[in-house]
Amino acid sequence: MANDPLQIKKTPTVYDVIIVGSGAGGGMAGYVLANAGVKVLMLEAGPFFDPAKDSMQLKWPWDSPRRGAGTNRFFGDFDAAYGGWTIDGEPYTQKGNSNFQWFRSRMLGGRTNHWGRISLRFGPNDFKPKRHDGVSDDWPITYDEVKPYYDKVDRLIGVYGTVENIENEPDGIFLPPPKPRLHELFIKQAGDKVGVKVLPGRGSVLTEALPGNKDRNACFYCGQCGRSCKIYGDFSSSSCLVIPALKTGRLEVVPNAMVREVLTDQEGLATGVSYVNKQDMQEYQVKGKIVILAAGACESARLMLNSKSKRYPNGLGNSSGVLGKYLHDSTGTSSSGILPHLADRKRYNEDGVGSVHIYAPWLKDNSKLDFPRGYHIEFGGGMNMPGAGYGGYVPRVNGLIPGKDGKMKPAGGYGASLKEDYRRFYGATVGMAGRGVALARETNYCEIDPNTVDKFGIPVLRFNYKWGREEILQAKHQQETFAEMLHAMGAIMLHGNAGADTDYGLDAPGWIIHEVGTARMGDDPKKSVLNKWNQAHDCKNLFLVDGASFVQQGDKNPTWTILALSMRTAEYILSQKQKLNIG
Amino acid sequence: MNRRQSLKTLGLSALSVGTLLEACQPTDTKSKTGAAGSADGGTGSGESGAGQNEAAPTVPGREAWEVKRDQQLMKDKFFTEAEMATITVLVDIIIPKDDHSGSASQAGVPAYIEFVAKDEPDNQIPLRGGLRWLDVQCLDSFGQPFVHCTSAQQIALIDQIAYPDKADPAMQQGVAFFSRMRNLTASGFYTTQMGVDDLGYAGNHPGKWDGVPADVLQQYGVENVKV
Repeated sequence: MANDPLQIKKTPTVYDVIIVGSGAGGGMAGYVLANAGVKVLMLEAGPFFDPAKDSMQLKWPWDSPRRGAGTNRFFGDFDAAYGGWTIDGEPYTQKGNSNFQWFRSRMLGGRTNHWGRISLRFGPNDFKPKRHDGVSDDWPITYDEVKPYYDKVDRLIGVYGTVENIENEPDGIFLPPPKPRLHELFIKQAGDKVGVKVLPGRGSVLTEALPGNKDRNACFYCGQCGRSCKIYGDFSSSSCLVIPALKTGRLEVVPNAMVREVLTDQEGLATGVSYVNKQDMQEYQVKGKIVILAAGACESARLMLNSKSKRYPNGLGNSSGVLGKYLHDSTGTSSSGILPHLADRKRYNEDGVGSVHIYAPWLKDNSKLDFPRGYHIEFGGGMNMPGAGYGGYVPRVNGLIPGKDGKMKPAGGYGASLKEDYRRFYGATVGMAGRGVALARETNYCEIDPNTVDKFGIPVLRFNYKWGREEILQAKHQQETFAEMLHAMGAIMLHGNAGADTDYGLDAPGWIIHEVGTARMGDDPKKSVLNKWNQAHDCKNLFLVDGASFVQQGDKNPTWTILALSMRTAEYILSQKQKLNIG
Repeated sequence: MNRRQSLKTLGLSALSVGTLLEACQPTDTKSKTGAAGSADGGTGSGESGAGQNEAAPTVPGREAWEVKRDQQLMKDKFFTEAEMATITVLVDIIIPKDDHSGSASQAGVPAYIEFVAKDEPDNQIPLRGGLRWLDVQCLDSFGQPFVHCTSAQQIALIDQIAYPDKADPAMQQGVAFFSRMRNLTASGFYTTQMGVDDLGYAGNHPGKWDGVPADVLQQYGVENVKV
């Protein structure tokens, strides 16, 4: 076997649909199509992952030799992500001084196994931003066109929240939200003082049983959604879409399948894909009548750019030259502080849900500000499970806050007095993070690095990304707002108030893991890769259902919109069955 | 989750007991791809043996390379016995036994620090060098390495490096070393059962979150705050 010459293994089966990727977009498309009787093959670059068996939920810090530190996995040993910012043998490169950070989860369900479950709809202005304020481009679709799909996603998957009737923060079909924790009540008070409206969170966690669903249980409030959920109490594509779709018998999943390129025929239609099986390192080709890419905005762009032929010399579906361009990730900055009045607080279990209990949507009037659009705020804090690094702030704040005896002492220390301080300041911190609009720019892009391949011989992506003035000024506003809120709460700041030297604490692009836009949709085939159904202008049986199709991100996390648009595309494919010659 | 925790769970949880218990069973990894309905024939289940293949995970929820790396780290040894003896004295100075809980060494903190030094090798030079710095200081001042000094002598030295804002600038390297040791000690102590119990963290089991207890709302005067 090991000495056999390399050959390509071809399967005679012609699938109705081949889906590349099993995250939010791929999972939803697979779920809808398999349930409609379509024969679907799904290829996933990582291993099979079932949260019921593989989740690290309810483990204690001492169950990890590094106590859950992020040495092996960036977000810690218990986080449900195989992969991360770097993957051995699968590099990506930068052009010039670009520093785009690319997080990849190679596993069934992709990054939905560990995501924050914050489930916000885009609003009417998010789909028509140019019409609203004259900056960046409009989507070819409106909120009203997507609304029915958001509604169906809400019913299918479940999301908690409250009806607020805010125009650009559309309400959904909500389960009850979790009640606020103590520090969240202080945040609400601070918001009232400084003019930031704080609302109950919106998250895809089942705070009640989901009507009509017997495969999932209601949340038991361990606060560990990031580890994925053994009882399927939150949304992961693995638990809620792919594994249920397998039960239809119409979906097959090949794990460890790293797709190399999309195959096309002389007419330019997609005929299937080729992949390397990471377990046996053999080459395979599979055939399908339709190919759906859902590998993640950058990976799907990479695949298309690498699918070159005489007909598609610049990469499949790239006659516009737009493929890879308009890459954009959310902005992010953060601040934190300690609340002296929470010292020696009473202990009780406040784990709650693993998504946000509260958040602050963007409601400010941009005409009075020096940047377009805005950001929402996510909040943290409270009596969390201690993990590696616990207490690092204590030898600093014990010199800033008087002891029980009312006396100040020098920061630092050791012994019984320090041990008392570790107890005293437990659960007294608060944190806040902004997640905001970055503008989609033609000049921010990923492309194929002409000189570099990964260990499978697949040419890798090279990034070119630079924040603009708009993002930097927005970051400044975030930092000022957080400082104001922390001050209003009586907090002593632990970090924040970042200055111009760091672009006001603005995280590197990619860091928020909301990257979208690399194959944007549009009515004009010269300026976009996909039409409004996520169908390639150049290749009618090729679809993209991940974040690649986004024209312009809103001040919302992208997942709920990826799910809604993927469902919409899958239903479009079903409606076009005859034309597309499937099922 | 072990059986004790599973059972603890049962009294507190309204969720399906069967589901949770099943979820807590160790799983047979071989059945994993079988249950996946992996593709037929030649597409997915090719035989391995090419020598460069990626091994399937053998521990549920862990990648093969993680398991291998951790096993290797456990086997390796970084600190000498003399260094470990010094670490043991230091961590107990930082977190001694008190009315609430035992000492850092009783909680196994020295072994944790040994692991971290290998897991995050950036610690190696500062820790090894810092331990030597400490011994040389003690030799100069007391004619003995740190562990052989009297408690009073040890504390006299620690007092010079335990308070960053007050320390003599000439002792700055010692301050940096002690701050690192202090953080590692807290990290190692509060992530054990003993440390978690000491802090009074009350979660990590299934339950029902029903908001802030009434007496706490009252204590902070936020009974009427509504989100």
